[in-house]
Amino acid sequence: MLFCRNGRGDSLTVEGRVVAPTQGIDECLAITVSDGVISSIEPAAASPIVVAPAFVDPHVHLRTPGREDEETLASGTRAAAAGGYCAILAIPNTDPVVDSAAVLGALVERARAEAVVPTGFMAAISKGQRGEELAEMAELAAAGAAAFTDDGLPVVSAGLLRRALQYSGLTGRPLALHCEEPSLSRGGHAHEGTVSAELGLGPYPSQAESVMVERDLALAGAEKRRLHVMHVSARESVDALRRARAAGVDASGEVTPHHLVLTDEAVRSLDPNVKMNPPLRCDSDRRALIEALREGTIGVVATDHAPHARHEKDVPFEEAPFGVTGLETAFSALHTHLVVPGELTLETLLERMSAGPARVFGLPEPRIEVGERANLVVLDLDGEWEVTEAGFRSLSANSWLLGERLRGRVLRTVADGREVFAA
Amino acid sequence: MAELRGPASPRRHLLSVADLSRDDVQRVLETARSLAASLDREVKKLPTLRGRTVVNLFYESSTRTLASFELAAKRLSADTMSLRSAGSSADKGESLKDTATTLAAYDPDVIVVRHPSIGAPQLVARCTQAHVVNAGDGKHQHPTQALLDLYAIEEALGRLEGVHVAIVGDVLHSRVARSLVQALALVGARSTLVAPPTLLPRGIEALGCEVSTDVADVAEADVIYVLRMQKERMEAGEAFVPSLREYSALYGITPKRVRPGQVVMHPGPMNRGVEIDPRVADSDAALVSDQVRAGLVVRMAVLYDVMTVAPVPARVAEAVA
Repeated sequence: MLFCRNGRGDSLTVEGRVVAPTQGIDECLAITVSDGVISSIEPAAASPIVVAPAFVDPHVHLRTPGREDEETLASGTRAAAAGGYCAILAIPNTDPVVDSAAVLGALVERARAEAVVPTGFMAAISKGQRGEELAEMAELAAAGAAAFTDDGLPVVSAGLLRRALQYSGLTGRPLALHCEEPSLSRGGHAHEGTVSAELGLGPYPSQAESVMVERDLALAGAEKRRLHVMHVSARESVDALRRARAAGVDASGEVTPHHLVLTDEAVRSLDPNVKMNPPLRCDSDRRALIEALREGTIGVVATDHAPHARHEKDVPFEEAPFGVTGLETAFSALHTHLVVPGELTLETLLERMSAGPARVFGLPEPRIEVGERANLVVLDLDGEWEVTEAGFRSLSANSWLLGERLRGRVLRTVADGREVFAA
Repeated sequence: MAELRGPASPRRHLLSVADLSRDDVQRVLETARSLAASLDREVKKLPTLRGRTVVNLFYESSTRTLASFELAAKRLSADTMSLRSAGSSADKGESLKDTATTLAAYDPDVIVVRHPSIGAPQLVARCTQAHVVNAGDGKHQHPTQALLDLYAIEEALGRLEGVHVAIVGDVLHSRVARSLVQALALVGARSTLVAPPTLLPRGIEALGCEVSTDVADVAEADVIYVLRMQKERMEAGEAFVPSLREYSALYGITPKRVRPGQVVMHPGPMNRGVEIDPRVADSDAALVSDQVRAGLVVRMAVLYDVMTVAPVPARVAEAVA
């Protein structure tokens, strides 16, 4: 289900304070990797450097096929490596859409040739993501689809979604849903609130998301199928997810770094790099998202890395496309803005960026254990760096963090036994 | 000289009323008053901005705004050129950024931008060295309209502090309403937005205004400010009110809804018989042509202001003398 360039595993040693929350490890250790496999773990001297299971991002727009000027499998996975990731899942809203085994097969081949970090591919729920008829989900699953989503677009028809939920029983893979009621979000460029009222930006109310989350959870509950809610932004959606999970619905949720750090106040700058879908909401929403991440209602941090060509973002705010990049800044941004101020523990952040997403999508959980393939990220929590356009491995630089100084750096990434990044 | 005021901080642009202080507003209005005196003379041209260049970059149709910016620049002896999107390279698909960068190569002192998209003047300000004046960006801001409205209100009522303005109509899509509410709040005036619930943006009270859905509430105001009801807002599937007929009946400003002593304003162009009854539009209570006249002197003052950091009244006085 994950594909990357073939090659032997590396032999190396990594030393530091090993923090592996799901394994209950927090001690200074030296990890020896031989041919890609962890061969020994020994006590080591105290160190400020943190070693953790590497990250997993289940929401990455790799723009391939179709927009290789914005991102390729090579550049996107190099960006992922620099961000500390050992596995990513690509979204199928490409051109053409990944809605057939043929398109998926070609991508898998390309990943085997180009991908530096193991990469999985989600496939579309509906043919062409048109929301009209189901894609050949069973064949796509057999060809290696990691999950199914029409992300970028909602599944508007409740009937089609119900059928997709039923049919997903044949695939064993979850549905990941972009929840948006288009009749409420149409013309929306910013969260409906004082900022959109003041700036005159078309309002995108919280209910455009939450009524769809409620509907989709109700259907998933009735069909007893697994459902993953992508990029949750509104507190009403968090409440719906919490209630559904308490009622036994097999539902999970993800949240992006930008929704955890920014609010719609940032939109006052009219900088196209703070324009995304769903939009930045207000501080009570942000608080609810942090709380949900803390308690586990939302168990996944996902970047929704959405590269855009410079000329597409260098336009007036209202004309700019939605989306920001995130692979290379996710850990540092959340460490700086949530862990350092004490709003989230390092352990929770590490878990929600690694084991959390792996579990939801049925990917191998990165573990620090003798005999396991090495999937490690080495972090300097005190290291400060400035986010600059020139620093990105991604082909695009539409980051909401440009010019910002962050605290916490990824020093080294080992993915599937190979060193894929070293600062 | 002690009473002369310079800008609180050097300011290169006029992008939004939200960026202005009360002092900024008062200074521009004072400058406009000084300039108005010059317009009564036989030779109306001032040498103040001789050798300066003002470019008007208009991506949206406009009569009075473009005309008044052009004339304002000429009256101050600036060189001026006006580019409209139709017939320009925008027609050939050139981006706003490229057009602005191209124009910037001629070193204009001021670029006046009107554009249908929110954030366009901000983009021009980011990619050129010129002073940028926002002449209307989408539903966001139209700061010179707000300033000229303040000028016209002060001329008509003799004061701004404590004046109560009822702004009636399609607030949701109105850059005029947003700018004016902020400007009124800055000078200590009061504003009430009156509109059908579907045309009142959620959260607009944060700008410092009251809101009402009852047209009877205009009775309390000193000024009834009527907004244009844009016909394109009535397109199928996008209708914010059931019909223009019902809108007119509920919110149209008719002679019966104007109490003696009130003045009526409209930013133009008017839809007579929709948001404003022709009998009101043509009455003595209407300040519509005063607003147009105010537009010229206020835009002269704005062009002067963005290009200057020195105390204003003295220099203008010299220029006028």
